[in-house]
Amino acid sequence: MTEIALSPWVAVPAAVLLIGGGLLTLVGSLGLLRLKTFFARMHAPTMGATLGTGCVLVASMLVSSAISDRPVIHELLIAVFLTMTAPVTAILLMRAARNRTRPE
Amino acid sequence: MNELLDLAARFAALCFMVAMAFALVRLFRGPRAQDRVLAFDALYITAMLVLLTLGIRARSTVYFDLALLMGLFGFVGSTALAKFLLRGEVIEP
Repeated sequence: MTEIALSPWVAVPAAVLLIGGGLLTLVGSLGLLRLKTFFARMHAPTMGATLGTGCVLVASMLVSSAISDRPVIHELLIAVFLTMTAPVTAILLMRAARNRTRPE
Repeated sequence: MNELLDLAARFAALCFMVAMAFALVRLFRGPRAQDRVLAFDALYITAMLVLLTLGIRARSTVYFDLALLMGLFGFVGSTALAKFLLRGEVIEP
């Protein structure tokens, strides 16, 4: 797929981070599918949105830095943006769900 | 070492694919509207991760821009949907 041979010091941590991020996102999405109530389902996908995304972004930073032989940190943009925006959506959605659910 | 990274990226893409299938099932089955919006939120974030994994496999930085755009527009969309569920209006006068 590529002609550049990565050193093991880059490839092994990137592979571990990719596998970890994939499993975290999978578990979070499984929680979204299996949990009972909406407010329980609310916090399952945030695991993939924070830690899974962080793992994949660090792996991407490692690989692209190793390829271009200089520190490439523009993946931090996605990290900062997602850190700022994920709570906004979560708060709006929780308030909407609280308003839409009739107290019994 | 490239084979190891390629295998890990394949595994991660498989995990993301299954996660997107779960979110899609919740999107179609969700009992109420807020479940569907939550599933959409999880869906676009996982799709963004798939693009980043493709960028790692292809050793290209083009996918990063696509992932950033997907994050931006997904945030706008899901926030507009949540705001609509909250008030019945997206932009209040």
